[in-house]
Amino acid sequence: MDEVLKKTPLNQTHRDLGGKMVDFGGWDLPVQFSGILEEHQAVRTDVGIFDVSHMGELTVRGPQAAELLQRATCNDVTKLKDGVAHYNGLLYPNGGFVDDILIYQLAPDDFFVVVNASNTDKDFEWLRQSASGLDADVQNVSADYAQLAIQGPNAERLLQRFTDLQLADIKYYRFAQGTVDGAPAIVSRTGYTGEDGFEVYVAPDHAPGLMRKLVDAGAKPCGLGARDTLRLEAKMALYGNDIDDTTTPIQADLAWIVKLDKGDFVARDVLQREKAEGPPRRLVGFEMVDRGIARHGYPIVDGNEEVGVVTSGTHSPTLKKAIGLAYLPLDKSAQGSEFHVLIRGKETRARVVPTPFYKRSK
Amino acid sequence: MSTPEDNRYAKSHEYVHLEGNVATIGITDYAQKELGDVVFVELPQVGSELEAADELGSIESVKAVSELFSPVSGEVIEINEALADNPALVNTDPYGDGWMIRIRVSDPTEIDELMTAEEYEEFIEKESAH
Repeated sequence: MDEVLKKTPLNQTHRDLGGKMVDFGGWDLPVQFSGILEEHQAVRTDVGIFDVSHMGELTVRGPQAAELLQRATCNDVTKLKDGVAHYNGLLYPNGGFVDDILIYQLAPDDFFVVVNASNTDKDFEWLRQSASGLDADVQNVSADYAQLAIQGPNAERLLQRFTDLQLADIKYYRFAQGTVDGAPAIVSRTGYTGEDGFEVYVAPDHAPGLMRKLVDAGAKPCGLGARDTLRLEAKMALYGNDIDDTTTPIQADLAWIVKLDKGDFVARDVLQREKAEGPPRRLVGFEMVDRGIARHGYPIVDGNEEVGVVTSGTHSPTLKKAIGLAYLPLDKSAQGSEFHVLIRGKETRARVVPTPFYKRSK
Repeated sequence: MSTPEDNRYAKSHEYVHLEGNVATIGITDYAQKELGDVVFVELPQVGSELEAADELGSIESVKAVSELFSPVSGEVIEINEALADNPALVNTDPYGDGWMIRIRVSDPTEIDELMTAEEYEEFIEKESAH
């Protein structure tokens, strides 16, 4: 059963740079180059570069584009302005996530929506259906864009050498359109690492040359392994691990993107009830008390009863301890609470701790 | 790194270095590269008895966990305590300071079942061709 893996425009570049390629949800992507710990450290202290071209991009345009997005998501799209982006949840009527997304407002009737690779087709269909009866046009433009993430305290200084945009003027979750390495690009001050940095959207043809130049100028090539340890330290959710169509934003501790006062939207009643009465379970951060690493899918037990599940877990390179995220019943989720994770049949103690695990100094 | 000639190798990528009736066991250079940065090694207690192919412990890298299997039978007489504080030794020196356990083997002929260095290199060549 030889499934043909999808390739980003940077596939050959990764191979040339010594990337160790893996099948990531049907995409042939590098899990690491020099090593996860080294790449992680580079992003925390210097600058790293990630190919995230597998991410999907949709456009939503038209007189009722904003209304469509406002109805289909839980964050308040009317708070966006031209040049501003935000994190949002595309939801089903039961409150579960279709996807977690970034929405960029290019103009009041023109939005650029960045979605998770494996959800692209599903999101596109869902938004199309939701657009029925509205004067809004949804397009999947994923093939038109490569995406590079340049992340780390030295990201601005490095990227500035290759763009006519004044990067210092682009504040957190703002973006601008200009040229990068001579090619038209969207540049946003966003990322998935908990560090300062930028995400750059360019035409696929321009990506290999740009990545090469950024690497030659000092950006460390980073793979999916470091991307995962970095995002987990910053407690950024991973679709398919920490959130999916069975988890609501309230359960996922993402109440900050739920704007109940924005007017009617999909799942508003469900989220309002969960906010008022408390959700049945909650996503919490934990660290291991006993030795071991609790990973995705490991059960949390109380005696013979399975009471929760680990959704993400790793060794934190910054904190040098085992950390993770887990769903726990609300009454067991208070900070400091201890619980047992079943690691290969062995009850192993863990403790609920405040998150994020890592917060950069500003 | 070349595959040392004076070891024998298991398909699960452990090596055995036998001196007299004492076997030193660790994972191969190929295995440590596949795992990436090792952050935690769980080893058996000194004094425990292992049968060949028994799980002897586990090894956690940043990205995944792998089980370790004992290629030979016998009593665990020593574990590498240094790995508790410095598990990265498995990456930097798998055949030297990154060894894991020493076993007093109960049946030295078991080692003949394992691959030679040459056979192991052929084996990993096939495996990495997938």
